[in-house]
Formats: sequence, C-alpha cells, structure tokens
Amino acid sequence: MQAEHKTLTGADIIWKSLEALDVSCVFGYPGGAILPTYDALTRSKVHHVLVRHEQGATHMADGYARASGRVGVAIATSGPGATNMVTGIATAMMDSSPIVCITGQVGSTMIGTDAFQESDITGITLPITKHNYLITRPEEIAPALREAFQIAASDRPGPVLLDITKDAQQASCVFDWEAAAPKPHRHEPVFFPGQKEIDAALALINQARRPVILAGHGIILSGAEREVYALAEKAGIPVALTLLGLGSFPASHPLNLGMMGMHGEAWVNQAIQEADLLIALGMRFDDRVTGKLSTYATKAKKIHIEIDRAEINKNVRVDVALIGDLREVLLKLLPGIRSSSDSDWLAQIAASKKDSAVRDIQNLPDNGHLYAAHVINALWRETKGEAIVVTDVGQHQMWEAQYYHHERSRSLITSGGLGTMGFALPAAIGAKFARPDAEVWVVAGDGGFQMTMAELATIVQEKLNVKIAIINNGYLGMVRQWQEFFYEGRYASTPLLSPDFAKLAEAYGIPALTVTQRAQVNPALQTSRFHQGAALIDFRVEQEDSVFPMVPAGADLAAMIRRPTPLVERASDE
Amino acid sequence: MSERSRLHTFIVYVENKPGVLNRVASLFRRRAYNIESLTVGHTERPGVSRMTIVSAIGEGGAHRVEANIYKLVNVLSVEDVTAASTVARSLALIKVEASEESRHRLMQIVRVFRARVVDLAPQSLIIEITGGEDKVNALLEVLRPFGIIEMVRTGQVVMTRSLRTDSSQEADRPKPSPQTVEASHSV
Repeated sequence: MQAEHKTLTGADIIWKSLEALDVSCVFGYPGGAILPTYDALTRSKVHHVLVRHEQGATHMADGYARASGRVGVAIATSGPGATNMVTGIATAMMDSSPIVCITGQVGSTMIGTDAFQESDITGITLPITKHNYLITRPEEIAPALREAFQIAASDRPGPVLLDITKDAQQASCVFDWEAAAPKPHRHEPVFFPGQKEIDAALALINQARRPVILAGHGIILSGAEREVYALAEKAGIPVALTLLGLGSFPASHPLNLGMMGMHGEAWVNQAIQEADLLIALGMRFDDRVTGKLSTYATKAKKIHIEIDRAEINKNVRVDVALIGDLREVLLKLLPGIRSSSDSDWLAQIAASKKDSAVRDIQNLPDNGHLYAAHVINALWRETKGEAIVVTDVGQHQMWEAQYYHHERSRSLITSGGLGTMGFALPAAIGAKFARPDAEVWVVAGDGGFQMTMAELATIVQEKLNVKIAIINNGYLGMVRQWQEFFYEGRYASTPLLSPDFAKLAEAYGIPALTVTQRAQVNPALQTSRFHQGAALIDFRVEQEDSVFPMVPAGADLAAMIRRPTPLVERASDE
Repeated sequence: MSERSRLHTFIVYVENKPGVLNRVASLFRRRAYNIESLTVGHTERPGVSRMTIVSAIGEGGAHRVEANIYKLVNVLSVEDVTAASTVARSLALIKVEASEESRHRLMQIVRVFRARVVDLAPQSLIIEITGGEDKVNALLEVLRPFGIIEMVRTGQVVMTRSLRTDSSQEADRPKPSPQTVEASHSV
C-alpha cells in the first residue's frame, strides 16, 4: 500500500478493499442503488460473475467458501435484489459458511421514505447473519469490510451483510487501508478449556470400552482432519459422520462407519445407541442426527468439543464440554490419549455391517430398472471418488451421501441445515471458481434443479466446465416418500412435470444426454467427463424408489424403516 | 420447551450503536419469550451501554439466550444474575385521585413508603417511588382504593452486590422477609 493516501469514492473503496482482502472474484447482479459500485468495477481487477438471480449469487459465494475455505462475496442492489439474497444467507448461516454480501441501499436521506426499491435488509437479515452493517458514509466502508471478513471467517463462520447507501458509494474520502484494521476482537481471550476439562475428557476416552467419534462439519472448518485421524487411529475409535462431516475422515478407512442419523446405515445408529462414550467433534446434535432425544445414546457418556458455546447442552446434555477451536483442543488432548483397540467392540460393529441397506441395491443384476443408486455409484467409480460433488436437497442428496464415498474434506458440498432446494447448480459454479482444476459435478433432483436452473446461462457465459447429473424421477421424491410412509400414499402436489432437460441444456449450448437404461449410465458419464466444458445428463430413474433405511422424524434411532424386500424382488421379477 | 420458567435477570454490556437493542431483543422474540422489563442506559464507560433484561424463561432456555447474546458482535459481556445476590430497583410515577379529605391520608402513606409527592393538583397528586418490585407493588395495592388515574414504571435496574465478609456489615444484609428487605434498603 502506498504511503500517500488517495481520495477515492466509496464505490472505488469497495473494490480497493476487496482487492486488499485478496478477493479475485465476486458473484452479483447490478441495479440502481448499486450502480456507482458497478461503474467503479470497470477500474478494478476483481472478476465479476453476472448471475441470473441474486439467490444464485449467495449460493455461489457459499459454494466458493465451502470448496476453498475462503470468504465468498456476493453483490446485489437494494430492494428485491437484497431480498432475493435472503435464502442464500440463511443457508450459509445454518451451515456456518463464511460469506460477505454487499447490497446497495437507497440514498441515506431517502431511507424510511418507502423509496423505489427500498427494503430494510439489515432488519430482514438480522436473525440470519452473524452480523450486518448499514453504512451511510464512505469513511465506514473500508473498516466495515475488513471487520466483516474477519467476523465471517473467525470462530464459528457465517454470513455478514453490508448495506451501503448510494450516497456513501458516490461520496469521496481518503482511503487508508492500514487505518481500517479492525480493533482486537472483544472476546479475547477466546474460550479455551482448562486442564481440568482436558483431564476429565482424557479419563473418559481412556476408560471407554465402546467409544464412537461423531465427526461433524467443524472438523473441516477447523482444519482438524489430521488430528481427528490421529485420535481415531491411536485409540482405535470408530467414526460416524454427519452429512456435512462427510469427507473429514476417509470413507475407505476401516474405522469409518459412514453417515449417522435419519438415513444412516443401521449399524451406524446401532453403534451410537450401544456406545458407552460419544466424542462429538464440531457437530451440533441436529434432530436429523439424534432422532428422539429421550432415547438417544442413553448408555453413553458424552464429550462435546465445539467452538460455539451456545451449542453445548442445546439438544443433548453432555458430561464434558471443551469449548474452543477443535484442532487446538485435539492437539491438547492427543498426547494424553492411550493407544488401545478394543477388538470386541470393533468386531461387534463389523458383524452388524452385514445388515446393509446400501449394498443390496448396488449388486442387483440389471432387471431393466434404473435406480438413482446405480447412477451415484457409477459416478463414484468413474470419478474415482475424486470429484467435488455439489448436491441439491432431497432423495438424491441422501443417495449421494450413501453411495458416493468421500475421501477428502470439501469434496461434498450440500445444504444440510436449511435444506435449500436450488442450492446445487449455483453452489457448483462457486466451487468451480474456487477450485478451477477440480472436476465439479452437480447432482440434483428434477424439482430442485428447476428452482435455479436459470444459472445454466451463467455457466455458459463464464465458459465453465461444470457437469450436471439430474436424478429425474418425476416426483418431488423425498416429499413423495414421506407421503407414502406417513400420509397413506396421498401424493398431493408431488408428481412433477419437467421440461426435456437435454433440449433445455442444448438451448443454452450445453451438450446433453438422456439416460433411461442402466447400461447407458457409464458410457454417458464417460462422454460427459471427456467433453471439455459443461455437460448435462438427464437420468430418468425409478419413479417411486425411497431412501432406506429411514428413521422417522422424532423417532427412536432403533425404529428404522428398512427397505422392504418385496420392492427389490418385484423389480427383478418384472 | 416444556421446562418450568421463572424470572431471569440478565445484565448485558453493549456498544452504544444503532440497532443493538433490536439484536438483543430479537433473541428473546425468536423463542417467543416475553420480556417483562428492559432498561438501557449509559455506563461509567463512554460508548458503552448497559441493559437489564427480565424475562420468564426455563433454565435451559436462559442458558441458550445468554450464550446467543454473547455471540452478538456488539455485545461486550452478558451475565445471568438470577442466582446472584443483587440490588434491584425500579421507579414508578403514580397519579392518584386526591380530594381534600383523602390528601392527608395519602401523604401519610407516602411517608411510610419513603416515596415523594412530585406534583399536586386540586383533584390529584403524582407520587414518585423508588425501590424493589415488591415495594412498588405494595404501594400500588395501598393506593388502589383511592383511584389510580395513571401510572408509569421503569423496568428494573440491577447491580450485583460486592462480596462482603466483614461480620458488622453482614448485619446490614437483607433478611428473608421481603418487607424487611425493602425497609432496610430504601433509598
């Protein structure tokens, strides 16, 4: 930074600040109240990705953040531009994803007059952001942006919004980046467990006969993969993962149990219910994970290592809480861990693995039916498990979690907490910008894909190599499944008419294939993978297949609905 | 949550910035907890305000609200002082019907409660009282038969007591009966 400070407009300061924060690309959509900033964009090195809907911009920033671990940035105008961001901001909040959203606001003298395209976006986003700012003077912009990036990425990450009035963008002031450094955070020193808590945790771990590690998203956010690996190996503890934790511990590792909870394999939930110690790492005992709380892991002592103290004892009461950065806490714990491998416990779990819901479909002979599981499993084999898979929300999301085995962190990007349909396509665009060399696959249902498919144009305009697999079953599948199980099969508003996705893709200039037979799956995947550029495959899968096993919402983890064998037999008999 | 709720008192230090009250209050609103009283004012530190919030919440909910208030960027500190030894005060202005005949008796009541008359009109007077909730409530009970025309109450302001080990001071500490507590601690 030069010693002599230039006088710049607020709009120019936005870009200069973003450049100083190492931002190389932003996702946005222009409009009246943000026009000064877009004018200043012509003088900036930052690459701007024009989206087709502001929700897409926030999901792209989110996908960028999840794929890279860096802060993603989205920009929109005031009013509808800002309100269109709400879903994406809430998605990032629920999944602790660090994004910064910049919105234009009407001139400061117009605020509160119901001016054209005015909305109280700081008020609207107050409960779904970590923090937000209403900025009315150019002097506030650089310090607020610096602080916003710090807040978004620190502690438990999350979204931050800056609402900047048009006159603050137009007015000028001295730009002094050094002086804009944020003040030390008020919470210093951050929480850190004392020796007493560390000792208590060690005693529980070293005495446990049937321990299970519950691996959550916090492992990835903290960068604690190695430490978790060391803990599991040293003490011989099996690892169950949350949906957002998938990838944080290698799927191929013998101690990996797989995903826990509502659609987890029976043995995973059984192990948790039988355990005498649960070691929860950066996870929050979501209701989709615990089922009925009063019967959840009643035999187990519980250790919770978590950076957000509001999560401690929220759903499940724990015996030892270690509040702090997961990696730092584990580094403290590891020297005191006694190596052990209680082979009885591991043998017991290994024996229960024979009861698998996932296996029974994947080895079926071709009976003329194409199941989503075949598609996901083939995708896993074709990509050798090395692609970044970005999923939408619904049945395909759970099948992906069951049949695509993630070896590495940040290789699965999915909306877990908020369950936002329409997430996949834009989030994949963000992921591709974050990791241009990675193979990026969208796996979406026919329902969710149609919510944000306008972003196909963004893919083409940016010449992105993003592959798209639509798991098309002609239903809003997960809702249909619930209707089948819990509403006596009354399919209210779940049968879904879709366009011919291949023709649609071709209209955008994206090559596409339609797959209806199991034998076509691998060739279609290969064709798409070898194509340099975006490609789409419409997989017409079994219409009324369900995700098994399933623990009904709020039920005991043992009360799972298994795949009824008749379904499989019927399929092979036909 | 079906757990039993009771009145919890939170003391929150916040940066004196626009919207902070909204951020704090929103955490109660989100869980449909009613705020019984809330006071905000300046503190001994410039730019720092102090809130005293009283709300009926269950134990688990109170922990969660406290932890979530702590996470707000503009919050400097938060403490649930419900179980702590505290001094709690609020102020009330009460306009009472006062004829020539009843005025004398009202004045006597005011003296007993160590309240003050701050405005006198031919048909009414305004009484100012400071004290704990119980004391203010007790005065209201006594005044009600005279006819309360209008009343305004501040919420509680609360301060934790300093630790006192000196036995001579120990004698000053409030005794269990609420009435005695109020009498010995009237300002």
